Amino acid sequence: MRALAVVLAAAWVLTGLGGVAAAGPGALDLESVARRLAAPATQKGALGELAASSDPAVERLLRALKDGALYVWKGRLVILGDDAGLTDVAGRPLLDAQGQPAQLGSGQEAVALDESHFGVVQRILERFEVLGKDPAKRQSAAFKLGTSGDPSAIPVLARAIEGETNRDVRAALEDALAKLRLRAPDPADRLGAVKQLGRRASEAAVPQLQALLAEETDPAVRAAARTALQDIDRFVAQRNIVGYLFNGISLAAVLLIMSLGLAVTFGLMGIINMAHGEMLMLGSYTAYVVQEIFAARFPAYADSYFFVALPLAFLVAGLVGFALEWGVIRFLYGRPLETLIVTWGVGMILQQGARLYFGDQTSVNSPTWFRGGVEVLTGLIFPWSRIFIVGLALVALGALWLLLYRSYAGLNVRAVMQNRAMAACLGVSTRRVDAVTFALGTALAGVAGCALALIGTVDPEVGKTYIVDSFMVVVLGGVGKLVGTVVAAVCIGLSNKLIEPAIGGTAAAVYAKVAVLVIVIWFLQWRPTGLFAQRGRAATETA
Amino acid sequence: MSAWSRREFLRGSLVAGTGLAAGIGFPKILTAQGKEPIKVGILHSLSGTMAISEAPIKEVVLMAIGEINKAGGVLGRKVEPVIEDPASNWDLFAEKSKKLLLQDKVAAVFGCWTSVSRKSVLPVFEKNNGLLFYPVQYEGEECSKNVIYTGATINQQATPGIDYLMSAEGGGKKKFYLLGSDYVYPRTTNKILRLYLTKVKKVPESAIAEEYTPFHHQDYQTIVGKIKSFSAAGDAAVINTINGDSNVPFFKELANQGVTADKTPTMSYSFAEVELQTLDVKPLVGHLASWNYFMSLKTPDNLKWVKAYKEWCKGHSIPDKQCVTDDPMMHAYIHVHLWAKAVQKAESTDVEKVLKALEGLEIPSPVGKYKVDEKNHHTWKPVYIGKIREDGQFDVVWKTKSWVRPAPWSEVTYPGRDCDWSNGGKGSFDVVGGKRMWLSDKS
Repeated sequence: MRALAVVLAAAWVLTGLGGVAAAGPGALDLESVARRLAAPATQKGALGELAASSDPAVERLLRALKDGALYVWKGRLVILGDDAGLTDVAGRPLLDAQGQPAQLGSGQEAVALDESHFGVVQRILERFEVLGKDPAKRQSAAFKLGTSGDPSAIPVLARAIEGETNRDVRAALEDALAKLRLRAPDPADRLGAVKQLGRRASEAAVPQLQALLAEETDPAVRAAARTALQDIDRFVAQRNIVGYLFNGISLAAVLLIMSLGLAVTFGLMGIINMAHGEMLMLGSYTAYVVQEIFAARFPAYADSYFFVALPLAFLVAGLVGFALEWGVIRFLYGRPLETLIVTWGVGMILQQGARLYFGDQTSVNSPTWFRGGVEVLTGLIFPWSRIFIVGLALVALGALWLLLYRSYAGLNVRAVMQNRAMAACLGVSTRRVDAVTFALGTALAGVAGCALALIGTVDPEVGKTYIVDSFMVVVLGGVGKLVGTVVAAVCIGLSNKLIEPAIGGTAAAVYAKVAVLVIVIWFLQWRPTGLFAQRGRAATETA
Repeated sequence: MSAWSRREFLRGSLVAGTGLAAGIGFPKILTAQGKEPIKVGILHSLSGTMAISEAPIKEVVLMAIGEINKAGGVLGRKVEPVIEDPASNWDLFAEKSKKLLLQDKVAAVFGCWTSVSRKSVLPVFEKNNGLLFYPVQYEGEECSKNVIYTGATINQQATPGIDYLMSAEGGGKKKFYLLGSDYVYPRTTNKILRLYLTKVKKVPESAIAEEYTPFHHQDYQTIVGKIKSFSAAGDAAVINTINGDSNVPFFKELANQGVTADKTPTMSYSFAEVELQTLDVKPLVGHLASWNYFMSLKTPDNLKWVKAYKEWCKGHSIPDKQCVTDDPMMHAYIHVHLWAKAVQKAESTDVEKVLKALEGLEIPSPVGKYKVDEKNHHTWKPVYIGKIREDGQFDVVWKTKSWVRPAPWSEVTYPGRDCDWSNGGKGSFDVVGGKRMWLSDKS
């Protein structure tokens, strides 16, 4: 009997408490606050009362006040909806005497919001964004509340966390709450918040933690804050290394895909094709044209334009390359200087042609699923477009390798390149092999141009930015060796991206490039044939 | 863009010509038919890398000349444009300006965009006492007798941008990442901004980062990574003076690495509506720009002007997508009218007299009244901050309360230095012991 009494008492206390909690800030007397809000003299006080509320009705009320949709109707405050219907402050629709939706008489003036209170209203309203529909907005609103340092946002955050289902947003909300709790009066609260931020290695909380450390008197909290800062530092350092490595690999992929085509035309065939950059440009413009066609004709499938553009870029650049070989280069075999000048001229013609036809005003939009990236570690995002380029470089490399070293056609190519006369004697059509190989090289450049349009620009002079890097990769790798091209791309990419952050200064990007160039020159002084030199008779012949 | 050809120019003068014939209502015009036209030069790149920005300037200058001729010309004479294309080549700018001044004997030249092109023609104008109207925002530290600068000085674009970012509406930013292309405009701007931040705004040096990339730079991975760390606490903004095409990879990288305008806004000073039409705008949406004019401004004068330009585009086969107006175009448009008004007032095209007439001259513009400073050859203007929208236009989010005085010499880099060409003034001067020391006397 006694036990039962205890249980009952406990239940009474619990429900009572629950009732109190529910009735706390949420259950303000909306009508009366609204009335005070409407009167100029009491507006400020009423706003103060609403500041810590998390009640959606408050949001409705304040938004109406701010937008000038709050009116007095028959002695009570009402909100004018977008459909011209009226609701009371709690959001219930109002009916007039005839039972029809109530209407405002014309010429009525809305309840005025004092201009000096505009900022306060704005701030309170921003809080409610953490309860909005768009997760990205919720996340950024949470971040803002966290950095605001305003403890009156705590109830809204707490309520948002309860209802949040999105993992990222939830984490952001919890971080924000912890940041605000760093200023809680109870040391235990602060300790908990510090530990949570440290556990999460939240880089964004560093200024708040430092500020706490400067003011904190409680030794336990101080120690925890110090450890948390150290943890965050360590995490950031590790994360940066991962980031640099990824940057290096993605640059390597860009370089590789840029120079694969050149590895064929220059590396294998020995043709100095100065129009290589323009072949990339053709690929980029193919992407642009296909994108425009899709946008105009099949807007519903606009995103899939890229799958059409990629093979088409291969074809277009390949055909142009074929024509170039057939029309110009075949007359110049064995005369590298003339080839250089003529292909340079062809490059300029293509450049100006592109400028005349397309103008300077073009751009390629990434398909929507290439936007953004995957968050590998807190604060470190690998963009999808970069991941795609790494993948494409690997696929292109694999395909080229299979073609050259595992197929009959590839055997022919290698035979012709190594000993033209002997191959011809054995019945290989060297003319055809030349043409097709050159076209293959330019086609690869087209694919590269198409892919690089995702991260870079499309303009008539884009080829210029690629050509030097491409030659550097092929020469460093050792002319004629596919594996050399790969290793050289990786070396240049990684060293560039590891040097760049280490240099500092105001032009690190330039200095890193200079440094890499110096290293390459030094290396070529030491080993003129590159990383992987060709050996044997072919090498001596070409040299 | 090199498609703008002589043909186009001929068409332009044709319009100007018919405009003249239509304006017979004015008494002065009766004598005008027999008089020789006044020649003015247009010196903007119509080909090469700068054509994208400069070709539309030529259009509005021709449009303004057409309007002037339609209203009876200047001093009863019609205005005849002489168009030269310096092809984005800085040396060619000097050559062409020499041709305009010495061979065509033009009364004024409307021209130049980049600071290097202006610097290249400056000696030519000063030596031959020409008159150049320059429409683009620039880094200041210059005050030539022979140039009227209608674009913004640093304190009319760049520092208000900082003021906005540090204000409550702008997010109360405390850290700034200054990123630009590696040439004179970004370097000088950032030099001044750094001083402004540290001296005036009391921002510690450690809260400022500065970085430059070459033209056509494509790889912003590392830089965006740095910006991300720099702005992790949400109290930082990027001040962007990257020029031209490099903006595309930069903003793409920002978006891809999850740097949002909401948390880390980028304030850009060197692209406006015209350049935005050429970019993939989606990654830029929500980022900011600071200008003295936006096409989206809803003033009656602006609506009228935009409509007039749309008509012009139709008549000159400019595609609708590229038919936008922006800040340098607005300046170029009003400075033609400014020149005409000054000539009318001076009753002469003589450079000295026109310069005198320009002092303190006011003119209506799409953003309200513009005024040439009484002394320093620059103009008073309002400053707007705009947020980039999906359609490549701006939402105006902030505006200075009053017109901002032009200060070619920034207060933070050269305290006390100013410029005065009025009443026998000799240009830039320092104040030493309460007396003016003219810079021209020193050298």
